[in-house]
Amino acid sequence: MEPIIKTSNLSIKFGEHKAVDNINFEMSAKHFKSIIGPNGAGKTTFFNLISGELEPTEGDVFFKGLSLRKKSSVERTRLGIGRSFQITNVFPNLTVLENVRLAVQSKRKVRFHMLNHFLKYKEITNEAIGILEQVLLTDKMHQVANQLSHGEKRKLEIGMLLALDTEILLLDEPTAGMSLEEVPAILDVIRSIKERGDKTILLIEHKMDMIIDLSDSIMVLFNGALLADGTPEEIMNNETVQQAYLGGLAYD
Amino acid sequence: MIKQPLLLSKVNVVYAIVVGVMAVLPFVLDSRTMTILLTQFCIFAILAMSYDILLGYTGIISFGHAMFFGIGAYTTAIMLSDYGPSIGIFAVSIVVGIVLSAIISVISGALTLRLKSHFYAMFTLAISGLFLVLAEKWRTVTKGNDGFTFRAPELFRERLYFYFLVLICLVVVFILLKRIVASPFGKVLVAIRENEQRTRSLGYKTLGYKIIASVIAGAVASLAGSLYAISLRFVNTSVMTMDITLDALMMTIIGGVGTLIGPIIGAGVIEFAQHYLSGLAREYPIFERWIIFFGILYILAVIFFPRGIVGTVSLRYHEWKLKKGQKTKASVKLREKEIQR
Ligand SMILES: Nc1ncnc2c1ncn2[C@@H]1O[C@H](COP(=O)(O)OP(=O)(O)OP(=O)(O)O)[C@@H](O)[C@H]1O
Ligand SMILES: [Mg+2]
Repeated sequence: MEPIIKTSNLSIKFGEHKAVDNINFEMSAKHFKSIIGPNGAGKTTFFNLISGELEPTEGDVFFKGLSLRKKSSVERTRLGIGRSFQITNVFPNLTVLENVRLAVQSKRKVRFHMLNHFLKYKEITNEAIGILEQVLLTDKMHQVANQLSHGEKRKLEIGMLLALDTEILLLDEPTAGMSLEEVPAILDVIRSIKERGDKTILLIEHKMDMIIDLSDSIMVLFNGALLADGTPEEIMNNETVQQAYLGGLAYD
Repeated sequence: MIKQPLLLSKVNVVYAIVVGVMAVLPFVLDSRTMTILLTQFCIFAILAMSYDILLGYTGIISFGHAMFFGIGAYTTAIMLSDYGPSIGIFAVSIVVGIVLSAIISVISGALTLRLKSHFYAMFTLAISGLFLVLAEKWRTVTKGNDGFTFRAPELFRERLYFYFLVLICLVVVFILLKRIVASPFGKVLVAIRENEQRTRSLGYKTLGYKIIASVIAGAVASLAGSLYAISLRFVNTSVMTMDITLDALMMTIIGGVGTLIGPIIGAGVIEFAQHYLSGLAREYPIFERWIIFFGILYILAVIFFPRGIVGTVSLRYHEWKLKKGQKTKASVKLREKEIQR
């Protein structure tokens, strides 16, 4: 089967520093892959290259065989590559509901409608409220995003990604910095997306138990390069990986 | 739970009353000066609202807004003096001015709105400077710096009728812009103001939105310019100068960015203050430099009312409501207001 997403020789240099170094990877549709690697390994940069936030200095990304070299982040989202951000990246002065509604509106291609009141589009609001129920933010819906706790902002970030309803979901440390009580709820959300079975998911995480539990496969980045790619079992037993990463496992 | 605002909401009733009062005001005051002043106020309110579409809603800083005002003013003046002072020509000149402004905003927007915002601000400054030079040098058409007088359509020689036209334009523009900012399109403009990169990441081609916003703002500013030319029955290069842009900017900031009523109130404050300060200047020469007072007023406004008049008043109102014990709902709104600068 043709991979839904694939990279070839994907590299980016910041000055002399190769943040992503010649990564060749591919993934078939409806697969769940996690990316691990120490801080600064290049995981977020890898996402930025896939989602079009950054341009590679070398190599290319392919979506269903289509080269994305000339595609902006806007076009990639429309093609079906959606992402969430590690550093919360929402609309700070808009309410939680408005944040999600903007994502739903985009998915429903309501773009240049200028003469109708936005509340006429009831289905958009209703769908946004549905998403907020999933990420447990219904009671915060009228609050401005700025006032949310860190954990709630992370939920909102995931809500906006879900609202986009893209084929591929790139999740960049969705539980980073969340309090321990909040993590299981997000884990449930991710698990239920996985169980619905219609999404291709790439997840960056440091929490090993969570990754092993969810992933079909795991890839390990180290100094920008792809160190290993395999089933959770293979990765756990891989010696290089253990030395390079798991050995110094001080993350949570 | 989430309802569309009613046509007969409290706010709309207040608006209707205000418009009613403004319509009878010239009869009550019965003064030519006052009618002229009210006319100017409406024209600049239209201009300031158009500026706020860029600044307050989309987060675009433009230093070239006068260019569109000037295009409208010159188009109307030139067409009326060349083709005769009829209402028909006047109407056509408005349309021509709007179309010209739209074309120029599309071109300059497509060229530069993808730039970082401060580059765009610089560019607008440069291109509007270019238009100013054009107006100065293209003497056969514009009569250079001195400008020219022309005959307004017969009907508008009656100041009162013209005032009503301008008031109607203000109301129509207000309603139209209000619709636009409350539409899905308007929501995307605000999203761009808040976080353009994220808006793109959601799949919106932000450049297109920014260009359309600048077309709308340019078109409305051009309308204001057309009306301005008629109100003076005269046009010269001053309509293209930075002063006009700064007026629009001040009115918007003093009234409150990101609202439509704010710029209207700002225009009122500045037009009337200007009038009375220059009146005082006849008695106390120090007020001749009223522009300095404006500078001070402006600085004070930015320091003490960063939200502008509308923002500050609505914040105080919600605080007051909070004190009255309507806690839950008001407190949410209050916090929203606090954050919306
Ligand atoms: N825009 C940029 N300009 C310059 N250097 C950058 C840029 N983005 C990332 N880097 C560098 O590239 C390297 C990889 O960063 P990246 O954020 O991808 O790491 P990461 O694996 O996501 O780390 P973490 O686990 O901390 O999120 C780091 O050394 C970082 O400093
Ligand atoms: Mg990262």
